[in-house]
Amino acid sequence: MNAIKKYAGIVWMLLGPLAMYYLIKTAAAEIARKPMLDTWIQWGVFTTVALPIAIGMVLFGYYALQGEYDHLPEESDDQLIH
Amino acid sequence: MNQPKGIWKVIGASSLGTLIEWYDFYIFGSLATVLAGQFFPKSNPTAALLSTLATFAAGFLVRPFGALVFGRLGDIIGRKHTFLLTLVIMGGATFAIGLVPSFDSIGFAAPIIVLLLRLAQGLALGGEYGGAATYVAEHAPDHKRGFYTSWIQTTATLGLFVSLGVILFTRHALDINQAKSIAKFNEWGWRIPFLVSILLVIVSVYIRLKMKESPLFQEIKDSGNVSVNPLKESFGHKTNLKMVLLALFGATMGQGVVWYTGQFYAQSFIENVCKIEFDQSRTIIIWAILFATPFFVVFGSWSDKIGRKWIMLGGMLLAIVTYQPLFKGLLNLSDVTRQIQLEDLKQIKKTTSLVPGTQDTLRSVTHQYFYATGAIQTVTVKDTVYANAARVTLKPEIKTFTQLGSAEYWKMVGLVFIMILYVTMVYGPIAAFLVELFPTKIRYTSMSLPYHIGNGVFGGLTPFIATLLTTINTSDKLAGLQYPIIIAAICFVIGALYIQQGVHKTSTQKK
Repeated sequence: MNAIKKYAGIVWMLLGPLAMYYLIKTAAAEIARKPMLDTWIQWGVFTTVALPIAIGMVLFGYYALQGEYDHLPEESDDQLIH
Repeated sequence: MNQPKGIWKVIGASSLGTLIEWYDFYIFGSLATVLAGQFFPKSNPTAALLSTLATFAAGFLVRPFGALVFGRLGDIIGRKHTFLLTLVIMGGATFAIGLVPSFDSIGFAAPIIVLLLRLAQGLALGGEYGGAATYVAEHAPDHKRGFYTSWIQTTATLGLFVSLGVILFTRHALDINQAKSIAKFNEWGWRIPFLVSILLVIVSVYIRLKMKESPLFQEIKDSGNVSVNPLKESFGHKTNLKMVLLALFGATMGQGVVWYTGQFYAQSFIENVCKIEFDQSRTIIIWAILFATPFFVVFGSWSDKIGRKWIMLGGMLLAIVTYQPLFKGLLNLSDVTRQIQLEDLKQIKKTTSLVPGTQDTLRSVTHQYFYATGAIQTVTVKDTVYANAARVTLKPEIKTFTQLGSAEYWKMVGLVFIMILYVTMVYGPIAAFLVELFPTKIRYTSMSLPYHIGNGVFGGLTPFIATLLTTINTSDKLAGLQYPIIIAAICFVIGALYIQQGVHKTSTQKK
């Protein structure tokens, strides 16, 4: 099971940039279709918000690949940062 | 706090405030069309509506910032004072929206003020939920945390229920003549749902002021162990950040889209795609919510016994597999071409009126078709006949809506009930799940962010993205479902692989 968790990490790492590529492609198509300020603002906001989430997905995949999720803490305070 | 009486006071005080915050937040979205007419230039109604929807989205997008700002405060100064502050900000902003003069009165200042107040609402909501959930969870015994926090989980749905109910009631109570009542509501009556919020907030603030600080937070405060920098501890260290990412991608992301598809996209789909008339499209949701709401507590309580993971993921899986047939069912129920038309009862009403200040005539033809099921379809065609014969008449405006017969109406309630049942599965146990993932000293911050990204961003944008997909792929009315299905599927796989089964042990109890 831990091996699957690790290798799936590669998929999550790829998913972040893939989602951003698809989002930017759709944004460009929508802006070209309706070149108005409204469209620019909407897609600008979506892209700005999606970027840190996509980075988070890559990081999640990286942690999975590193085996960080093989053993999760038993108690919530186990992970307290000291 | 193990005394049953004490915990119910805690739940009551927390839930009432959270319910009011959701109510405040939803009335804006529910009145988007009316607000567009009031606050945005009337010259371009589409742009006006889009502006309001954009404001709606902005309300959701600032929620994660609210989670960070108030989460940090809650982990430094305490849960009680922070979620009191969010309640006051939310109530104040909602009340103020009810007072803003229209665009016709003060010009562009009106939409700008409304936008700012809407942002304040989003910010406050971002801080409220994490505080209420944490506050209740930190009072609850380990073996009943799912049950007790599930009461907080009912508030979002009940907030929508109350907002729809207040709007419908106000819309019909302003005049004995229903047409006049609706006209008055669109003119000034829409302000009432915003203004009454202040009374609810005053009551809730009074109740919350009497509550004590969470015992666990008090304990770490007394021992001097309060986090100095909750943001750094939550997101700057791998040990906690990996849990934040797991909470987002393995739980709240899928939960958010299932929630917004069941409660909001379903309503938008019934009104705009199925073309069901205004009141019915709302009462269908109201009934479905009423029947489904107890299941938040059922699934929350059940999660104490069998664990949170598979109840939440089960809800997601059911949504992934059945959304297509459920929404197809809504389409079929509203499709009058599948019903027997009663030709003898068909009615046509024509009216004409002069366009003010011109010699042109506004022509309106209304066709009413009656069906054996009891359904009535109304098609209104409006166009302008120009006095100058050389001028070509523009393309007529056609509006269609259907009033369902009794059997179809209740079948539709049944289909939406199933969708909201999935919401109760994914949402009922999630407060307990999130609380249990993070340590007390940074819990408010750590759980608030993934919750509000999952719900505010992934969930909140569901109606927009689903509608966009439908406009791109015009031949498929169900194209909009691709978004929630794909997001829920990714979340399901991540949750199934990485989340631990069983009830996660926590240190939320005093040792």
